[in-house]
Order: sequence, then C-alpha cells, then structure tokens
Amino acid sequence: MNVYAEMTGLDPLTSGEVVVAQNIAFGLIAIIMIFSALRMVTTRNVVHAALYLVIVLAGAAAIFILLGAEFVGVTQVLVYIGAIVVLFLFGIMLTRGAFGGINLEEKAEQRKMSILVAGLLAVVTGGALINTFSDAEIARSSPSTTATVGDSIFSQFIIPFEAVSVLLLAALIGAIVVARKD
Amino acid sequence: MYLNQFLLLSAVLFAIGVYGVLARRNGVLVLMSIELILNAVNINLVAFAAFRESIPGEVFALFVIAVAAAEVGVGLAMILLLYRNRRNIDLTEIDLMKG
Amino acid sequence: MTEFFIIAESASQSGIPLGITSGGSWLLRNAWIIPLLPALSFLGILFFGKRMPKKGAELGITAVGAAFVLAVLTGIAWFDHRDNYHGEEAHLAVAASEHHAEEGHSDHEKEHDEHSDYDHGHGHSSLAVSNTVTWFQTNGVDLSVGVLVDGLSVMMLFVVTLISLLVHIYSTDYVGGDRRYTHYFAFLSLFSASMLTLVISENTLQLLVAWELVGVCSFALIGHWWEEKPNSDAALKAFLTNRVGDMGLLVGVTILFFSVGSVLPDTFGSFSIAVTNTVANNGLLSHTALLVAAACLMAAVMSKSGQFFLHTWLPDAMAGPTPVSALIHAATMVVAGVFMIARLYGVFFEGLSIGGSSINLMALVGGITTLVGASLAFVQRDIKKVLAYSTISQLGYMVLALGVGAWTAAVFHLFTHAFFKACLFLGSGSVAHAVHSFDMKSDMGGMRKAMPHTYRTFIIGSIALAGLPPLAGFWSKDEILAGTGGWGLFGGTGGNGAYTLMLVMGMITAALTAAYMTRCVYLTFFGEFRGHGDLHESGPRIVVPLWILAGFAVIAGLFNLPKGFQLVPDSFQERFGHYVEPVAGYFPTIAHATPSWSLAIVSTLIVLGGVTAAWWYYFVKVEAASKAAGKSLTELPNGPTTVYPLAKLIHNLLDKKYYLDHLYTGIIAGGTKGPLARVAYRFNQQVIDGTVDRVGETAVKSGQFVYDKIDQLVVDGAVNTSGRLSSEAGGELRKVQSGKVQSYAAILFAAATVLAGILIVIV
Repeated sequence: MNVYAEMTGLDPLTSGEVVVAQNIAFGLIAIIMIFSALRMVTTRNVVHAALYLVIVLAGAAAIFILLGAEFVGVTQVLVYIGAIVVLFLFGIMLTRGAFGGINLEEKAEQRKMSILVAGLLAVVTGGALINTFSDAEIARSSPSTTATVGDSIFSQFIIPFEAVSVLLLAALIGAIVVARKD
Repeated sequence: MYLNQFLLLSAVLFAIGVYGVLARRNGVLVLMSIELILNAVNINLVAFAAFRESIPGEVFALFVIAVAAAEVGVGLAMILLLYRNRRNIDLTEIDLMKG
Repeated sequence: MTEFFIIAESASQSGIPLGITSGGSWLLRNAWIIPLLPALSFLGILFFGKRMPKKGAELGITAVGAAFVLAVLTGIAWFDHRDNYHGEEAHLAVAASEHHAEEGHSDHEKEHDEHSDYDHGHGHSSLAVSNTVTWFQTNGVDLSVGVLVDGLSVMMLFVVTLISLLVHIYSTDYVGGDRRYTHYFAFLSLFSASMLTLVISENTLQLLVAWELVGVCSFALIGHWWEEKPNSDAALKAFLTNRVGDMGLLVGVTILFFSVGSVLPDTFGSFSIAVTNTVANNGLLSHTALLVAAACLMAAVMSKSGQFFLHTWLPDAMAGPTPVSALIHAATMVVAGVFMIARLYGVFFEGLSIGGSSINLMALVGGITTLVGASLAFVQRDIKKVLAYSTISQLGYMVLALGVGAWTAAVFHLFTHAFFKACLFLGSGSVAHAVHSFDMKSDMGGMRKAMPHTYRTFIIGSIALAGLPPLAGFWSKDEILAGTGGWGLFGGTGGNGAYTLMLVMGMITAALTAAYMTRCVYLTFFGEFRGHGDLHESGPRIVVPLWILAGFAVIAGLFNLPKGFQLVPDSFQERFGHYVEPVAGYFPTIAHATPSWSLAIVSTLIVLGGVTAAWWYYFVKVEAASKAAGKSLTELPNGPTTVYPLAKLIHNLLDKKYYLDHLYTGIIAGGTKGPLARVAYRFNQQVIDGTVDRVGETAVKSGQFVYDKIDQLVVDGAVNTSGRLSSEAGGELRKVQSGKVQSYAAILFAAATVLAGILIVIV
C-alpha cells in the first residue's frame, strides 16, 4: 500500500481509486458469503454444509482484511478454518450413523416459523441500521498493526485475556468430561 | 466504504444463522449456524473498530473467536454424548422437557 | 518495580531508606541459581530419569548437593557482606506530602564505621541484596521477579538444601524399588526448588507462586502411594485445607499491593516485600489496612503451618513416605508460613500491634496451637503422628514467638527445630523400615538393642526437642520464653510487651513435650519387642544422614548463645541474631528481651519434671506391670484413664482430636450442604411451584368470581363462550410448552426482535 501511495501520490485506503476497488471487492465477497451462508443452512448434505461454512468464514476473513484488521483476519483463518471446521468435520464423521450423512428434511411448519423469525429479525435490524448509520463512512488511514493489538491485549485487556484462558481450560476439561466413555 | 454495507452484511448473515439454528434438525448443523451468528457479530465489531479507528473492537473480535472455539468444543462433546446415548442427533426428537 | 523507587542515597534527602542494595557479591546477587538447580533436575528426571542407571536419583542428589554447596558459599559471602559492606542503599521515594519523616532506627546508616558492635539494633545496618528483573509489564505496573537475600534467606537456603540433600540420600534406600521411584525423585527436586524460590522471593507475588508450588508438590508427595484410599484422601485433605488459607494469602497480598500503591507516587501498587515492609514500618499505611492484611495472611499461615484450627491436615499428611514427612515438617512446606511472617514482619508487627501489648491474634493462635499439638501427641499410637503433632506444637511455638515480637528467637527455633525434627522423622522411618509398621503399641518396643544407631540418634533428637541443655532445643526454646517478656519476677524482661499468658502456655508445652517424647521413646525402644520379624539396623544411607542431623541437633544451639552468657567470650554470643536479624529499613524496630538465668533454670526444671513424670509412669510402673504380666505392656492395665472418669474424658477428647474433624466434615460441611439443598428444594417447591399454583388458583378464583357475580347477571351464552375461549387459549398455549429447544429459541428470537423493534420505534 505504501509503495502504491508513493507511486501515485495518493493517500492509501482513502483515495478514490482504492475505494472503488474496495467496494468491488466488498460486493463480490458479500455476494459469495450470503450465497454460501444460504446454501449452508439449506443443503441436505452435512459435509457440503461444512464446506460452505468454510467459504463463509474465509469471506469473513477477507472482510476483516478489507477493514484493515489484518491480525483478526489471519486469526480467523487459523482458528476458524484451521481448527474449528476440522472439529466440525470430526463431529460429522463421528455422528454419521445418525442420518447417513444426509440431513433430514426440515418440517414444513418449523421452516415456516424459522423463515418468519429470521425475516423479522433481518427487517428490524436492517431498518434500524439504515436509519442510524446511513451516512457513516469508514475512512481508515492505515491498517492496525499486530503490535498495537498485542499491546492492547496485554495491557488494557489483560484480565479478560486471563479470563479467556481460564475459560478455554474449563471448556477443554468440560469437553473431555462430557464426551469420555466411562 | 460506508459503515452500513458491513453492518447490513452482518445483519443478513445473522438472520441466516438464526434461520439455521431454528430450522435445522441436525445438531452439528445447528452448531455451525451458531458459528455463522458469531461471525456476523465479529464483522460488526471489526467494522466499528475500523470506523472509530480504535483497537478494542478488534481485541473483542479475537476474544469472540477464542470463546467460539471453546463453545464448539463443548457443543460437539455434548452432541457426541447425545449420539452415544440415543443414536440420534435430531434435535426435534429431544423433547423430554415437554410440558 | 526496581526503577521507580531506587534513588541513589546522595541524590535523595526525602526518600526513606529501604535497607536493600543492588550491590553485593556475585554469589548474593545470583542466589537464584540455587533454586534453579533442583528445578532443572526436576525436568531432567522427568524426561530422562527412567533411562538413567540409578533411575534419576543421582541427578536429584547432584543438583541438591550442588545447591547445598552454593548455599554454604552464599552463607559465607553473607557473613562478609553483613560485616563489611558499605555500598549504596536504595531509597524509597514516597509522595512528599505523606512522608512523615519518622525517625526509625533507619538513621543508623550514618554509623557505618562502628560495625564491630554486636548489639544489633545499634550496629551498622544489614543491607539485603536485591536483584530483580522485570517479568512483565502491564498497564504501567512492572511485575518483577528476583532475589532478596538477607540473613533470613541465607539461613533458610542452608537449612532447606541441607535437609533436602540428606532426605534425598535417605530416600534412595527408603523408597528403593518403589514403582514410582523416578517420579518420587522428580517431585522431591521440584519440592526443594519451590521452597528455595519461596525463601529468596523478592516480592509477594513470587512468594505466592512458590507457595502454591510447594502446596502442589506436597499434594503429589503425600499421595505418592495413591492406590490406597487413605493416602489419596490425606493428599486431598492437605491440598484443600491449604486452599482455604491460600485465599487468605491472595487477599492479603492484594490488599498490601494496593495500599502500598496509595502512598507511592506514579504507581498504583507494589508487590515488593522490602517496599511493603518499609512503608508499613514508617507508619504510612492505615492501621486498618494493615490489620486486615495481617489477619488474611494469618489465615494462610494457619493452613500452611498447621496452626490451630486448620492443622488437621498435617497429621494425615503422614500418609506420605517418611522422608517426605521429614522434608515437609523440617525444612519445607510447614515452615513456609513461619517464614512468611518473618519475611513480612513489618506488616504483622504494625498490623497486629505486637509491640507493647500483652495479647494479639498471632501470639494467641500460636499459644493455643502449641498446647493443642502437645496434648494430642500424647494419645497417638502411630510414631509418625506423635512427631506430626509435635511439629504442630513446635510451629505453634514459633508463631507464638513471632507474635510476642521475639523474631530472632522464632527464626532460631525454626533453625534448630529443622535439624532435630528431621532427625526424629528419619529415625522413625528407620524404625518403620525395620518393622514395616508405624504402630508403636503393637509392632515396636525394645528396639534399642537391634538398632543402636537409630536409637542413639533418636534419643539425641528427643532430648533436643524436649529442650534440655546444652542441646539445640534448649537454647531456642529458652529464648522464646524470655522473649515473651512475661518473666518479670527476676529480671530478664525487656521484650515487646508483657505476654505472661504466652509464657505460661510455653512452659506447659515444654513440660508436655518432654513427657510425650519420653513416652514415645519408651514405647519404641524400651520394653520387649512386640512385633514380629527379625530386626536389623538400617543401611548406611539411612544411618549417616541420621548422625549428621543428630550432630546438628547437638551443636545448633551454640550458634546463638544468649547475650550475657558469661561462660564464652563476647564474640561468640548472639552470632545467629547478628547475622540473621535484619537491621534495615524493611524490618521493624523490635525490642530485645534480656536473657535470664532464673528463667532458664525454671524452664529446665519444668522439662525435667515432665520427663520424670513420664519416666515414672512408663519406665517404672509400666515396666513393673510388664514383668508381672509376663509380656510387654504399653500402658498400665489399671491406669488413670480406667480409674478416674475425668482422665477418661480427657483421653477420649484427645483421642478424637478435640472433635475438630467431626466439626469440619460433620457439622460445617454437612451443615452447609444440607440446608443449601433444602433451601434449593424449598425454593423449587414453594416459589416456582407456588407461582404456578397461585396462578392457577387465582384463575380459578377469578373464574369463581366471574361465575358468582357476573354469571347471575349476564346471559349464559356469553359465559359459555368466554369459558370455551379460555379453555382453547390454554390448549393453544400448552403447545408452546413443547419441550423442543428450537421452538423455544424461535420464541426467544421473535420476542427479542419485537422488543428491539419497539425500542427502536420509541427511541
């Protein structure tokens, strides 16, 4: 970005050309994400659903990078796509006997109810957002560095950080206790 | 870039996630939908962090990722337990609390 | 944390002298190497121990041996440092308005040149060597780790490494062939490393970490033979009881951190021990804060050092291997609490107002503990339990001494006690090794012929513990008694107050101690052998450590001959006090009791009285009864407990350990569990069910009302319609209670969305 800025004399991230490129990128990513998310919650093949989830998560990582949060984007890839999805695949594999890998058809009544609730939710939140932030613009001058994120975690958020580490330990032990055969 | 485009994307993903949680009968798929919801929240957090050019939003997104990892671990363990005990992970069949 | 308060002496007139220096010899500044060695050996044994020719024991012994050599060298360096060091002292900058400029003994810094004065408190100050590195920084607070080396640390380093080394050597024989031999040595190393870290801790946070590590290691070692339920129960009990006190430590440390921060500029807290003590000594902290902190820390001491009423874990901890008991009781673990008081003495001294009073929490806890422990030691069948209760009693002595302000006496007692108690424990292990039991009444007796070395060392340890001159226990016990300041009749006062009650408690304990040790010696070594199997003396790896410890039990008392003891030249008096007791900003100004010949003679007579009483009962009457009965008895068939109801009652009370365990498990734990469950049940029954019922009742009643008042007036049809409607509504609503998670979730989401929508529209 900096090299580009020097060459063109444009302020990185806020100049017109960059913004256009960013908007195009955003549009593509958003469309892919929404499509994949819809497929994920409708496909009957469980493994396909997991793969669609990967696409959504990768899209989210791309969005983070687009927003200048590089560290969060990388963490998203490492933790979500690298670890959590693998965990899901294991979960699918181990519970495969249930439906032979094919999800049951949703009950029509349940689906109607869900569409109603989700639609209502989308309308209410969407309406509220459009009302509130109609002209707020993101004009970030530079992406946040890992160093600043790290500083923040280990100074201002040290207590939450420790709490999360305890939570992870508790979840680890809890998962073992719940899932072990005894 | 407008802030709203991210927020609306997040809202749509959130709603889709809610649909998945409510409609899917397979426990694993419900957990995946919960991940979708958490990701929608994360996009919100990071978008506001970029909007305000501040760090805490990103830090909280990281915390959400960590908590999500813990949640998936415990959630999958519970589904495995369910599967082991009932040979079935259809959430609509689990209605012992029926009134 | 070093940076913000250290100001060179010349630069600052407003700072308070801390009594620490960053200079000093290399050995003193790098004392952290000593705990590092066993820590490394822990890792080494853990990873490679099984593949070594001696299964890892050699690694542990080498590391602890090297640590011991280093500790001795450090001690020698400290002697030189104490007498000859004139380096720069660190000063503490406090907020200018709060500096009361109190003239403590810290103005003795000017008297650098007269360092040959043995009267500490007036001699030149002893600057502790402090060397820290920043561990991590968070939000403006530097958390450091490092060493604070002064006489106390050096003494502890010596004791811990020596006892640990001897225990290591002893263990190679005692637990030889055990299935978790390597594991055992690994934890022994870690145990030593933790305790060594504790004694050189520069700040309370480091102390806390080491403290917990010690607890974990004791858990692992007490439960070494965890296959047997009582052993793992004992380990759990030790760990959980200690957790109770650890909460106190955590809270106390936190209180100190913030209250010290309130008087320092540019920071909101400090963990540094020297800073905390200095600030407390100079009266900068509010008395309430100090009192609360001291009380919290006392809770930690009570659990860790087995003080009444959290001492119950300690006798159970005998379930561990005997060398571990020796290590726990002599050098590590239980003395951690006493050490902590000695280390943070400024806080306790000010917080509990030790100077100039006649009773306080610490002295009282110590006094009760010492009596409870000594009385319980009487009724034990198990030789190790006798020693365990004896340890409780002696620890009570130390805490009592600290409580009355006799700091040096307490620390000196810790020093001497370590040797003779380790000697006794290892001796009991040697006996048990031969007879494969700890039960004195059924399996021992008459062992003096078969095990001459064990017998002799045990006798030496017993005499030292009982406190007969000139063995170690006499000197330290007598100093404590003098330090109470309660002996006002024939001179020998001048302590920090008039703690007459504590003096009486100490005297009674001295008599009891002498008596129970006589009983223990009789039951173990005299009479006829009551067990089976052939007796044999233990091997050299057991006997040699015993003799070394017995040697120390004989001579250790001579390190601190009282001042005014005319039989030796002045330069041999109070050497221990001179080198160990700090004369520095971080140590409170305490008064020193003058020793008294009359007190020493009276206490010796009391001890002899205890010995004679027990001797008359066991060596004369029981012996005669045994001869008459033709077998070796352990008590008189028609002894006082069978004749006098009161004696029976007391025996019963002691046998049940004052019913404390019953109190804890039966009444406190059970009493909490039961009512809680009942309250929860009642809540369920009355509040939740009640609400549902009430709703139903109200519905019925209102229906009744409607029927009575309105039905009479309105047409039947309308009534029927409304009845049908409500019934249908109930039927519909019943479906909501489907038990299906997802429909609940749907309702939740829908309701939340609708409410959010309403909120948005309104706002």
